[in-house]
Amino acid sequence: MKAEVKISRRVFLARSALACSGLAIGVAIPTAANATETGNIRSDEVNAWVVVRSDDTVLIRIARSEMGQGTLTGLAQLVAEELECDWSKIVTEFPTPGESAKRGRPWGAFGTFGSHGIRDSHEYVRKGGAIARELLVLAAAKRLRVHRGDCRANNGVIIHAPSGRRFRYGEVAEEAARLAQDIQPKEFNFDSLVLKSPADWKIIGKPLKRLDTGDKVNGKQVYGADVRLPDMLNASVRRCPVFGGRLKSYRSANVLQQRGIEKVVTIGDDAIAVVADTWWRANKALDNLDIQWDEGPNATQTSDAVDAMLREGLSSEDAVVGNRNGDPERMFDNTEQMLEAVYAYPHQTQAPMEPMNATVFYDGHRCEAWVPTQDGEKAFQEVVRASELPPAQCEVHKLIIGGGFGRRGHYDDDFLSQAVQIARQVPGRPVKLLWSREEDMTHSRYHPVMHCKLQAAISNQGQLQGLRMRLCGQSILAGARPQLYARFNHKDPFVFQGLNRGGDASIGYGIPSLLIDYVMRNSHVPPGFWRGVNINQNALFLECFMDELAEAAGKDPYRFRREHMHEHPNHRAVLDAVADRIGWDQSAPEDRYRGLAQAHAYGSYVAAACELSVSEGNRVKIHRIVAATDCGYAVNPAQIRRQVSGSFVFGLSALFMQACTVKGGRIEQHNFDTYPSMRMAQTPEVETIIMESRADTWGGVGEPTIAVAAPAVLNALYRATGKRYRDFPLSKHGLLLV
Amino acid sequence: MIRLTVNDKEYSLDVEPDTPLLWVLREQLSLTGTKYGCGKAQCGACTVQVDGIALRSCVFPIAAASGKKITTIEGLERSGKLHKIQRAWIEADAPQCGYCQSGMIMATVALLETTPSPSDADIDDQITNICRCGTFQEVRQAIHLAAADQD
Ligand code: FES
Ligand code: FES
Repeated sequence: MKAEVKISRRVFLARSALACSGLAIGVAIPTAANATETGNIRSDEVNAWVVVRSDDTVLIRIARSEMGQGTLTGLAQLVAEELECDWSKIVTEFPTPGESAKRGRPWGAFGTFGSHGIRDSHEYVRKGGAIARELLVLAAAKRLRVHRGDCRANNGVIIHAPSGRRFRYGEVAEEAARLAQDIQPKEFNFDSLVLKSPADWKIIGKPLKRLDTGDKVNGKQVYGADVRLPDMLNASVRRCPVFGGRLKSYRSANVLQQRGIEKVVTIGDDAIAVVADTWWRANKALDNLDIQWDEGPNATQTSDAVDAMLREGLSSEDAVVGNRNGDPERMFDNTEQMLEAVYAYPHQTQAPMEPMNATVFYDGHRCEAWVPTQDGEKAFQEVVRASELPPAQCEVHKLIIGGGFGRRGHYDDDFLSQAVQIARQVPGRPVKLLWSREEDMTHSRYHPVMHCKLQAAISNQGQLQGLRMRLCGQSILAGARPQLYARFNHKDPFVFQGLNRGGDASIGYGIPSLLIDYVMRNSHVPPGFWRGVNINQNALFLECFMDELAEAAGKDPYRFRREHMHEHPNHRAVLDAVADRIGWDQSAPEDRYRGLAQAHAYGSYVAAACELSVSEGNRVKIHRIVAATDCGYAVNPAQIRRQVSGSFVFGLSALFMQACTVKGGRIEQHNFDTYPSMRMAQTPEVETIIMESRADTWGGVGEPTIAVAAPAVLNALYRATGKRYRDFPLSKHGLLLV
Repeated sequence: MIRLTVNDKEYSLDVEPDTPLLWVLREQLSLTGTKYGCGKAQCGACTVQVDGIALRSCVFPIAAASGKKITTIEGLERSGKLHKIQRAWIEADAPQCGYCQSGMIMATVALLETTPSPSDADIDDQITNICRCGTFQEVRQAIHLAAADQD
């Protein structure tokens, strides 16, 4: 079983035609003439989702992006379930956004973020599989001149029950494809197709292996950074390190003399790129350009100044209310005990292992891009915009992505737009722009900074009477999606993720008086989506404070939480599951300390419990993590486990060692030496509990668990050290993860 | 001219002597299985074997590779058969995005050569690559599977 994830036939041809000298042998770059008005429909395409070849190979088209989270395999499972095909014969490919535009978006949205890959498309994807199956069965029935009702499909074979005659899918695929063209709606009403009941699923819910592993263990997988096209040039870019600054001057004469250097080009008014035969030469030459920047108005910005601005906002009047009930203005009037704490969350970057890149061909008539993107359609729009060519003359080819984490969702004025602008200055030759790691960390779209002041009133019986949470910080929506932000009346509803009254990211506690509001304070650092987005800081604030409250109330943090969860059985169930598994009611082994946390986001309920020890005052060893996930239908439990355990690496790297700090208007961390990430020795074993499926629910799994990693560990850390850490990363307090 | 052997093939190359081995592999020899992740010996995505020793090729100048035998991820397969570490990786379904995995596998080749049955502590000591997807749990399992494979 092999995933045939094609970049495009042309790249594969180009790749296999390459001699070891690195010289490309001429392979035609496609022109607009290759494309037709109706797109490229092949004769064995049963429908947009399914192509069945005569050898019974089933090609399933996947519109969403694969960046490691396993969506490609999960979506293929959904199609295959209804298609009743043989799982061992499946290969996949990404349709192109240009093809989608020509055909009227048969694959729906391409965007892959917010853990939406499966939860937003499960229904039409399964329908795609069901329709293809129906067409194949109909084609077989026609060939046999029998009733459709006497035929059934199973494991890639159609059987006529009365006669026992059978056809393999590959034998009737072309007929099915033709049928799809002439079929009359009254002859077969596709809308009335009934999808299989979960009780009958054979492929969904199975812990199947990923479809895309083979080429990832032998070096053959072509990532964006590896694309090689005939006659291709390479570019490396440097943008003014101070956000909002501009390019003042540079000297290119010397550089242009150097071996392999083709051209020095500017991009907009703030970046410069060297184009060369190899990337190494291009990147090295950047250091010899004697670049001078006009650093602009942000040149003196610091993280301290940003923090001061956010602190002011904690008591400002211009707040937007996210959740309220009871009488929060008067909740402290007669209270026995009041508690207050302020937490702060820093800027962070996603730092996927594959640095940003895009390869673009432009010749004045056609513009084509090969790009690892989480949003193929937005990338397509960007190519159209930046090339100033009609959509029919543009195309985008998606690739398997070497890590996304929100960084490769679309942002304006980012690496793809740069790549098109470079390509326009070397028309007729493809050029690959690859960012250095330094450029990646200097010009990311960062996890927003956020401060939070929490105040609570506790009764004599140790009950939470009221809670106020004031958030103050950066809005991703305002910074990265200004049009959407305007449509929300300049109020970013997503900052309340996990704190809402209901919906798919709700607060898990019933509190008599509640006020959660937000004051927007935007720094000059461009914000972006960072795996988990706003639930990360919100869960940290609330779940750490719940532990502080439990202590003030003189109660066990698990019991204290439960006392406030009567109306939130789903939140409570995951919390119970981790408490039970870690053995909360028995004491921890000697010198080990426990903590737990829960959250609800992306339609999934998640909880974590951890067990850690601290030696020499600052060396933190995490011995055990138990995590529970209730994502509704668990499409592939094996892949869910991997997403959950990986989430702790992402979340705890952030908690212990990662912050992007600002000095002189620029980000101070440029590579993994100053922006570290967890390694094998620091990574605890994660025991994952997948809760029993809730009917009719499809929650996300790629992101929610990250939110409970940090607070579970912080709560345990308090028990171990007696210290509440309220600003991050923990390395700034001298703590080391070992 | 710099002469070297990569995956049993001999090459003589005319490149600047300070070019890192990583970029020679990727750009001169089209062996793109070896990845660039940091360029500063931090992440291990570029790990290859030079005369049997695992090295981070992004900081290894080609001049120093002169006359040496280099093995990359593409050279692990022998007569169409995957290396037992690659098979173990498939068995454990280890990669997520996969970008760091060539480096992880090459680091494991070196580990198993010196320590055929590594303990968890050995693995912790010697596998120091970064994986942003967080596949360490599966990678550890894959290393144990490979060690147990007598083939
Ligand atoms: S690229 Fe060589 S160690 Fe990161
Ligand atoms: S699998 Fe993605 S970085 Fe390791």
